[in-house]
Amino acid sequence: MDLSILSWGADGWGDEFFYATLITISVAVCSFLFGIILAAGAATMKLSGNAILKSIANGYTTIVRGIPELLVIYLVFYGGNTVLMSIADDLFNYDEYIELPIFLMGVVCIGLSSGAYSTEVIRGAVLAVPIGTIEAAKAIGMSTSKRFKRILLPQVARYALPGLGNVWQLTLKETSLISVIGLAEIVRIAKICAGSEKQPFTFFLTGLILFLVLAALSDRGYLSLEKWSNKGVRKS
Amino acid sequence: MDLDIIKESIPAIFAALPVTLALVSLSLFFGFFLSMIVALGRLSEYWILHRSAYLFVYIFRSTPLLIQMFLIYYGSGQFKEELDAVGLWQFFKEPWFCAILSLTLNTGAYTSEIIRGGIQSVTLGFLEAGRACGMSTIQLFRRITFPLAMRQALPAYGNEVILMVKSTSLASTITIMDMTGVYTDISSEYFSPFEPIIVAGSFYLMINYIVTLLISRAEKKLAITVM
Repeated sequence: MDLSILSWGADGWGDEFFYATLITISVAVCSFLFGIILAAGAATMKLSGNAILKSIANGYTTIVRGIPELLVIYLVFYGGNTVLMSIADDLFNYDEYIELPIFLMGVVCIGLSSGAYSTEVIRGAVLAVPIGTIEAAKAIGMSTSKRFKRILLPQVARYALPGLGNVWQLTLKETSLISVIGLAEIVRIAKICAGSEKQPFTFFLTGLILFLVLAALSDRGYLSLEKWSNKGVRKS
Repeated sequence: MDLDIIKESIPAIFAALPVTLALVSLSLFFGFFLSMIVALGRLSEYWILHRSAYLFVYIFRSTPLLIQMFLIYYGSGQFKEELDAVGLWQFFKEPWFCAILSLTLNTGAYTSEIIRGGIQSVTLGFLEAGRACGMSTIQLFRRITFPLAMRQALPAYGNEVILMVKSTSLASTITIMDMTGVYTDISSEYFSPFEPIIVAGSFYLMINYIVTLLISRAEKKLAITVM
């Protein structure tokens, strides 16, 4: 194993891997946040009394969690472009090939699946909030928005944190699937390097180690976040 | 939406169903044995055993399956001569072997944590009672620890099975024609991603629905009934 090919600069692939890691992190962060927004909506729908809204949200989580992420990615990637092109053709008579930005597509795909898992986490967290705290807030005359901001949200955030930590790890790993549509994240770069240098093991191992480092860093960050969020909570 | 494409893709994707099912069942089968070994290693008193079991679990749970699969399938090519010398190359050159190996290692790592949780949940009193009856360690494990741990682990194991059904789709990236592999073929043949994905997605949903049903049945069967 010759490690000089992993050096920085023109004769090594070190800098390529560095930028690929940044891309992996940004896809993961964006999809995780996009997923949380989706999840907040879907969890609200699931907890609402409305049967139609409930079944829409249930359909979303069941389908996305029941079919492989790879299929979701193919659907959004090829399907998104097809739909866009047919709309452009119908409305503006534009029949050239159009491609949506690949980063955006990646975030949508991974966010969709990350959101389905976050939905269940947030729903569980909302249900875990003691009803008495809400009643107390009502009794002292807080408005709905105040109640949400001061009572519901801080408690939901704390209850949801462990579950969201798991979803984050999942999301981080799922970004690897975006390599199949060509976004230059860690796995994609490893594959390109493996092909051009004929040292597949070295490069895939490098990618694996990078993911290990990211996971270890997430663990660290998560622990301190949990400590911070449980400040002032009495230990049982 | 073109109904003809749907009609055409149903038999094609259905023909790949056995491939997906074979990937799932073989890797779950081998993965279960691996996970038992790893879980017992994790709970062992010898530090070298529990340290190495922990390392194995940590590596396989915190890296993506895709890169594990690529590392095994493409990465083994770098050691072609060495593997050939010990007679292993004939296995590593087969995508089937590599897919099942990586799926097995992956599910082994996840399942071992589930089983470890199950084993740790067994109440000490049961074990003491078993000892008092004069059971040997192996008897104790086979008659008391194992069945109780399995019942405790079953719901989490059901989720793991569903994740495995989804994970097998990654085998299509190393040239195996499972349902996802056939899907990509059909969708590029007809230039249409929508129709075949409905078919492939429904098949996956159906498998997972059946898995959920079977697991909840098993849970009911194993539940303690007071009356």
